[in-house]
Amino acid sequence: MPSSPSDRPAADPADPAGPAAAADLAVVGAGPAGLAAAVTAAGLGLRVTVLDTGERPGGQFYRHPAPGLGAARPEALHHAWPDFATREAALRAHVSAGRITYLPGHHVWTVVARQTAWTLHAVAGDEGAAATVTARAVLLATGAYERQLPFPGWTLPGVVGAGGAQAMLKAGLVLPGRRIVVAGSGPLLLAVAGSLAAAGASVPAVVEASAYTAYAGKAAALLRNPAKLAEGATYGGALLRHRIRLLTRHAVTEAHGTDRVEAVTVARLDRDWRPLPGTARRIPCDALAVGHGLVPQLELATGLGCATRRSPDGTVALDLAADGRTSVPGVWSAGETGGIGGAGLAITEGEIAAHAIAGRSVPTALTRRRSRLRAFADAMAAAHRPGPRWTGWLRDDAVVCRCEEVPAGRIREAAEDLGARDARTVKLLTRAGMGWCQGRMCGPAVAALAGGSAASTDAAPDRRPLSCPVPLRHLAGLPADLPAEHSAELPGADG
Amino acid sequence: MRSPRSLVGGSPASQYTVDFDGRALPAQEGQSIAAVLWSAGILAWRTTRDGGAPRGAFCGIGSCYDCLVTVNGRPNQRACLVPAQEGDTVTTQEGTGHAELAV
Repeated sequence: MPSSPSDRPAADPADPAGPAAAADLAVVGAGPAGLAAAVTAAGLGLRVTVLDTGERPGGQFYRHPAPGLGAARPEALHHAWPDFATREAALRAHVSAGRITYLPGHHVWTVVARQTAWTLHAVAGDEGAAATVTARAVLLATGAYERQLPFPGWTLPGVVGAGGAQAMLKAGLVLPGRRIVVAGSGPLLLAVAGSLAAAGASVPAVVEASAYTAYAGKAAALLRNPAKLAEGATYGGALLRHRIRLLTRHAVTEAHGTDRVEAVTVARLDRDWRPLPGTARRIPCDALAVGHGLVPQLELATGLGCATRRSPDGTVALDLAADGRTSVPGVWSAGETGGIGGAGLAITEGEIAAHAIAGRSVPTALTRRRSRLRAFADAMAAAHRPGPRWTGWLRDDAVVCRCEEVPAGRIREAAEDLGARDARTVKLLTRAGMGWCQGRMCGPAVAALAGGSAASTDAAPDRRPLSCPVPLRHLAGLPADLPAEHSAELPGADG
Repeated sequence: MRSPRSLVGGSPASQYTVDFDGRALPAQEGQSIAAVLWSAGILAWRTTRDGGAPRGAFCGIGSCYDCLVTVNGRPNQRACLVPAQEGDTVTTQEGTGHAELAV
């Protein structure tokens, strides 16, 4: 592992040597967007530091089988692997040449403005050592995590995230079961079902809550993206080849079992995602991979005050200029943080941002590609946006907050009897969202239950002052002269 | 029969064992503890502190904290992120993982 800068004091802006020691650009995240941005910026002459939580570059999308597994064909589990492999090679070359400092195993938990530079504070390595990096510009490429809509039984062992199942398969070459139902909403489900089946699982059904006919009104966005259509056809072909049924406008409304999942109930939905009475049937299985699209991961950006917007899928994303600028000067972002769009778009946006940060004109081919892929992403997001009545399958005794074990009934009580109108008030009354995951899993559901019957999964941007658990000694070690707006965001202020 | 390993080809470089609640489980270098447990067919390695319900890996990427486990006596480690090291002792985590502190 490259040496960490943690043994150096943070640059002091009052010290002439301080800013000189800062990198031109700090990139947070080495997934498709961050990796593309870093190698492009280094190629344009910037000194770049990359901080990533992973031990190897690639992010959640390009996950590698563990080295000891000796995988000869990791690309068998990936789409567009060469897009990654060329950039990973470029990263290694830039690191060797001293143009990029690559810091794997570094989880950035806060970014602080220090006059002419930014200071990024990270937790590093197994022992959680404190590390700091200073840079004149920051690019946040923090990606996304999966959106989950709860249902009775979703806490049973064997019920796993669809993206989670994919991640465990790519990195660990393992499956959660032999007969796996794939359910939720969004195009990721098709990729996951294809991967699980290719790896030997039987997939009795892909249960998709939306109707793919929703794409019909988006012909222009589809036709401008033939590669995306071909990708869709590939997934469709995989379903046919593995004899996987695709049930659209259906949802898993309950998982059954005692110590682990043994079967799921699948019901037909109306246009608003309300389960239709009399349509329920059971499908035996020993695992369920479920997810309803992805949620941009924005802690660092919202902590810095970056403006957000509502995405067509109902999630909150950063409001970015076409070149990746956030509303905070000196802070940039690329990829899923600006709205879910996939690895190809993330790579394109990373390259665009790198050009802009380097003060170069952005090649027209990149801006055209971005606009085309963004239009497709928006069409896709709108097609799979959760319907407002999905809470119809959420019985009062069903756990919503997995960490604090808060059932739907207690949240409804807080909303209906005690007047809670938002997730934050529900949290204070019920502890939903107050546990380890800080509402990442239950947030959309709590917001929907608190907002009344018409709300879907809309929510104000989640405010999490710390993006990961941080040892108290690191908080104690922060400089005392933080600007007031940052001091106000330390733990407790939002709890 | 198809398997994840046959799909990506190659063969494991080295194999060692990890102790899970007294069982010796095979592990490969770099595999997460969650992957080692899944490959042995084990899906739950934690009980919740309120209902005592079984839990294991859910999000698979370190976001949900459902897969918390005790590794070499250290509780609250995310099994989906922590690589299994040779000689590790992994134990089911009950409640907060701090029962011995009586808090």
